[in-house]
Amino acid sequence: MTMMNKTHAQVKKAAKAVLPAAGLALAALLASCAIAPTAQQVDEAAQQVLKSSFSEQGIAKMDRLMPDASNQACSEAAGKPLDEKLAKSIEEANLKTVKLPSDGKYLGNWAEGEKIAQNGRGLTWTDKPGEANGGSCYNCHQISKAELSFGSIGPSLYNYGKLRGVSNPASAESKPIVDYTWGKLWNAKAYNACSDMPRFGHASILDEQQIRDVMALLLDPNSPVNK
Amino acid sequence: MKSSLFGLAALAAIAALPLTAAAQKSTAEGIAEYRAMLADGNPAELYEAKGEGLWKEARGPKKASLEQCDLGKGPGVVKGAFVELPRFFADTQRVQDLESRLLTCMEQLQGFNAGEIAKTRFGAGEQKTIESLVAYISGESRELAFNVPQSHAKEKLMYEVGKKMFYLRGGPYDFSCASCHGEDNKRVRLQDLPNLTRQPGAGVGFGSWPAYRVSSGDLWSMQRRLNDCYRQQRFPFPGYASDATIALGVYMGVNAKGGASIAPALKR
Repeated sequence: MTMMNKTHAQVKKAAKAVLPAAGLALAALLASCAIAPTAQQVDEAAQQVLKSSFSEQGIAKMDRLMPDASNQACSEAAGKPLDEKLAKSIEEANLKTVKLPSDGKYLGNWAEGEKIAQNGRGLTWTDKPGEANGGSCYNCHQISKAELSFGSIGPSLYNYGKLRGVSNPASAESKPIVDYTWGKLWNAKAYNACSDMPRFGHASILDEQQIRDVMALLLDPNSPVNK
Repeated sequence: MKSSLFGLAALAAIAALPLTAAAQKSTAEGIAEYRAMLADGNPAELYEAKGEGLWKEARGPKKASLEQCDLGKGPGVVKGAFVELPRFFADTQRVQDLESRLLTCMEQLQGFNAGEIAKTRFGAGEQKTIESLVAYISGESRELAFNVPQSHAKEKLMYEVGKKMFYLRGGPYDFSCASCHGEDNKRVRLQDLPNLTRQPGAGVGFGSWPAYRVSSGDLWSMQRRLNDCYRQQRFPFPGYASDATIALGVYMGVNAKGGASIAPALKR
């Protein structure tokens, strides 16, 4: 009890002592609280901290801190699984954003796809506007057998097409897996609401041709991924 | 000095070894061995020695040393201060990490302009001074266990705000800190990623910075490390010693409770 009183007294004293605008709202929040802050106090403080801490730099503008509905829900979940219904509705909304290739051609050149998979650059505040971005694929996935420097945040994609029985990507039997792979690259949240994978098409990280090339890396029987 | 050079050569040798998938683990082990071998030859020691000199030197418009700076354990107490930061300071009414606290001391005791230093790019001007100071101050807590306080209401609030920051997804890639540091045993390329949400990962990650970075050839403070994390997260620019970075420090530091500090460490 004495602990609590002391804390209260300190907080009141603190509230009086704080001068500039930055600390004022925080202090006001604290003056009313005993020990652990409420969820609302944390949310308000976090919003204020975000606003006062970040500024735009190069191409990285402040709107990058404004989460859409998917990111909002996944941020709040703080690593825990989402409620099933919420997850479903997020996945449905993201699935609607998937744009199929304008000319009906799903696969490009696997060798170009390999270059995109290797390239981890793009969209940081040190990158220039209008530069082509990489896919950063090897940061998180094993892909070809030859590249040994690969990350483990995502599953191995070695033999991706082969393991899924894709011997002719243009065939009717391959259609479901080809469609799914395109959708996954375009907007990974269409299949897993809080996936760690960027939404390469939806967020305009890669363009349509780059996605075709990554598709070929994963699904072309001649790609080293499927050897 | 000789042993440092030998160590760097050893790292180059390890890095040049032909890799196989099976060898990945042993590469990580090899690097750990190399770090152990270098334990008494880390170039960060040069920064520590320089930092101690700078701490005691009369500098700035007021020509004063930092020897009366209160890092949380009373004016002038350096030993053990690092493993209890960030913490609440009554004089500023703020929770401060090591670097924001140094700005306060450099302004109040020495007459520097803290705002100007905060705007200076890493590795230049007085930021260069801070590199050495953080090496010295963290070195005075080497092998001590983290015990970042949670007794003040503002410290508790900053932990919760830090947790919000940690899980906040944003930017074109939807990344949060947790995208890389929320699970055990993950890597980006060949780089091991500590799980900063709990022990032992939080102690390993939080407890390694400041560190001498072999790849860039200089000493990186925690603020510089966080700044580059946010760059790669594709976020806007976090202000130096801003509350978002301090809140993250509280979150990681409290999660690291009991872990031993090895800072200033040696990184690839």
